[in-house]
Amino acid sequence: MLQIYCPYCKEERPELEFRHAGEAHIARPADMKSISDEEFEGYFFIRSNPKGIAFERWRHVHGCGRFFNAARDTVSDKFITTYEAGEPKPDAAELAAKSGEADK
Amino acid sequence: MAEALAARPQYPLEGLVAGSAQVQITPAAPASRLALRARPDAVAPLSKALAVKLPQKPKTSARGTAAKTKSRQALWLGPDEWLVIDTDGADLMAACQPATGTFSAVDVSNRNTAIIVSGAAAEAVISSGCPQDLSLKAFPVGACARTLLGKTEIVLLREEEDVFRVECWRSFSAYAFAFLAEAARDPMV
Repeated sequence: MLQIYCPYCKEERPELEFRHAGEAHIARPADMKSISDEEFEGYFFIRSNPKGIAFERWRHVHGCGRFFNAARDTVSDKFITTYEAGEPKPDAAELAAKSGEADK
Repeated sequence: MAEALAARPQYPLEGLVAGSAQVQITPAAPASRLALRARPDAVAPLSKALAVKLPQKPKTSARGTAAKTKSRQALWLGPDEWLVIDTDGADLMAACQPATGTFSAVDVSNRNTAIIVSGAAAEAVISSGCPQDLSLKAFPVGACARTLLGKTEIVLLREEEDVFRVECWRSFSAYAFAFLAEAARDPMV
């Protein structure tokens, strides 16, 4: 079972307590009425699905109940870092370098 | 004239007992409970009004110190969320009336019910369905957390080294009790 670090509970908790909640850092357009259909499609449906570092929202649903963000490697399935919702997106290249070092 | 209908609390676990020589599983006595959400500005007034200092640290609980509130505990569930339990059945809604600030208090006395699991094998019995590390080091006396037991969500509180309080929703309590009773037949101590 994966152990996921909850930034609100400040410790690792078992995967069963968490629920995945889609891609992180997707900003809702401020003025929905003025955007084109293509722009709406991009916001609403199109997701990045990268190979490597993905930024995801997770929710500690059977714990503190909070949403937070996580950087996870989609190849190794490892969580690289988790951080509170609202914090800026970490740099993917830096995280990749860090996780590469940790694996060695 | 029509009779006024009042909702009567139900105690689906009343009279049940389970366990073995190593562990006792019993329904807890009815208690009053409060689901509390509070902004930082309301935490101090609420602590004063309830006479229990609302814990700020994850996975911790606090007990009232005054003679009248010794039966009262506040459990940290989230950064702005607490479960307050008073085993004497005090009126918690009235108690938090004078508090100021932004908060929400919901009486969940009859939504929840509790099961007391005690004895040398208590930790092992709960571990059979709870994914958290319940060793004394990771989950000391006074620690509490919302987590899972089998397929149902519970709030777990370690009252003593070998006494746990399992708070679950009343409608799930038959499942939770049966799960614990089954686990108690052969605990992995």
